[in-house]
Amino acid sequence: MTATAIAGTRVAPVSEAPLRKHRKRPTRLILPLYTVLLMLYLVTPILMMILYGFNDIPGERQTPRFWGFTLDWYRTMFDDPSLTQAVRNSVVIAIVAAAVATPLGTTLGLALGRYGFRGKAAVSFVIFMAIAVPEIVLGSSLLSMFVQAEAPLGFTTILLAHIAFSVPFVAVTVRARVQGMDRSLEDAAQDLFASPLVAFWKVTFPIILPGILAGLMLAFVLSLDDFVITNFVSGQLQTFPIWVYGATRIGLPPTVNVLGTLLFVAGVVLALLTAVSQRGEGSEGRPKEAPGV
Amino acid sequence: MAAVDTVHRPRPHGIERRRRRVAYGLLFPGGGWLLVFFLVPVFIMAYTSLMSGGVLSGGFRFTWEFSNYLDALTGRQVFVLRSLSFAAMTTIGTVLLAYPAAYWIAFHGGRWKNTLLFMILLPYFVSFVIRTVQWKFILADNGPLLGTLKDLGIVPGDFHVLATPIAVVGGLIYNYLPFAALPLFVALDRIDRTLIEGAYDLYANRTQAFLKIVFPLSMPGVFAATLLTFVPATGDYVEAEILGGPTTKMIGNIIQTEFLTRARYPVAAALSMVLMLTMVLLTSIYAKAIGTEDETLAAARL
Repeated sequence: MTATAIAGTRVAPVSEAPLRKHRKRPTRLILPLYTVLLMLYLVTPILMMILYGFNDIPGERQTPRFWGFTLDWYRTMFDDPSLTQAVRNSVVIAIVAAAVATPLGTTLGLALGRYGFRGKAAVSFVIFMAIAVPEIVLGSSLLSMFVQAEAPLGFTTILLAHIAFSVPFVAVTVRARVQGMDRSLEDAAQDLFASPLVAFWKVTFPIILPGILAGLMLAFVLSLDDFVITNFVSGQLQTFPIWVYGATRIGLPPTVNVLGTLLFVAGVVLALLTAVSQRGEGSEGRPKEAPGV
Repeated sequence: MAAVDTVHRPRPHGIERRRRRVAYGLLFPGGGWLLVFFLVPVFIMAYTSLMSGGVLSGGFRFTWEFSNYLDALTGRQVFVLRSLSFAAMTTIGTVLLAYPAAYWIAFHGGRWKNTLLFMILLPYFVSFVIRTVQWKFILADNGPLLGTLKDLGIVPGDFHVLATPIAVVGGLIYNYLPFAALPLFVALDRIDRTLIEGAYDLYANRTQAFLKIVFPLSMPGVFAATLLTFVPATGDYVEAEILGGPTTKMIGNIIQTEFLTRARYPVAAALSMVLMLTMVLLTSIYAKAIGTEDETLAAARL
């Protein structure tokens, strides 16, 4: 009943009122505190991995107890040839898989984001399925095919599989970016007598480039990390996750923590560089709202 | 020539046809790859699931061997049900844990938004096998967590977490949390703030504004989060292998053993088919229940 009266008396500060009310709530700290705790929970195993790479254990296998600080494992991290080879396999496969999957996924994302064509819904559905289906189904179906084709399992089959599961992720990343971009920019370029190809190259490509880079990163990380699908199609070849999984039964050597830490640092640095390069050129072209097609 | 185009709007048919040709040209390489390495393998797996024979008895032959499905599932219901219930607990756990944080980041993250999102993605930079092994150390009977609690006398000396469903579901929740948090964040971040202001203007209190505006509008995110957690978690077997014991085996462990250890390809393929078809069925029922088919596409669009 007095609401209008109160609103009337407080004409001036009305825009600040909700903000101040929010600041005074005693419960206002719950959510930020919770968010911080959740972040801590997410990084706990990472911190464990880093810390236990410095663990001065008496034997060769990691224990739950922390014995003391040592740099020994950093010195000896490449001493086990099978582990070194596994890491090398992982990195090479991840680079090649990302390099192949990115153009394949980018063109697919462009087709879905910019054009209408018959069968578009079906293609979208297949991409969605490829992302959502359990990895074990992808792995076992690929193994079924390779067995039927009598293809020898190893480097090539792992690579083919990694490209296959990366393409959908690159495609959805690029599609989101394409859908978010302002088509009138490209129309304007064409109105200014740019050919469609030139308009694409000079206008569209720079705008969607952050999406392509994000897709590239995603493909690289997914490939580097993959265990389940790789386990099905790897045969005797070992990647880093396969090696680690095999070693869990007898216990992990701390050099695994060291190599994991180095891969982690390299990945984070790479991601931050990508983010910084995007901020430099892409901030004004950021997609605001995906209008959908 | 281009000048003529600008005069003749709407575009003439020739350009439409060329656009379509460009679309198919762009579609072909990636779509072809998915056809050969995703769709064809699924069909070959279906084909394999109806074969008979063995590696040692002269190979496999296609004989419409439907009994493989009976074989595969006999005595295995417990693993299927366990996988579904573990995945359900994982889904509820991740969404409940992720929603408040995603909400806070989307509405109050401010200039920390990108940093916080990056923090959520941080686990992706460590191999998930290694992450899971770290939980094995953290949760070990005399590890940093339980050891301390036992020293303090908070839990009894014979208390253990490893090899129990708690450890497996805990590991699953940890590994799938980012999958749930990201779509939730995207959905919450997209919500038009003026709608919430409008609710306050219409005298809604904070709870009402959340229940009537924010939560319904975040449903596509909840849908995507549950899907992206439940489906992969059902087929997962790494957490069950590393953190679990004999009593926590999931359907994925069985498929893996049948395929890679026992080389019983037809039975293994049949199990994998059952898993896939169950997931497709549940997903479409869920999509129907929660809204239209568009939701599926909206989720895929994230």
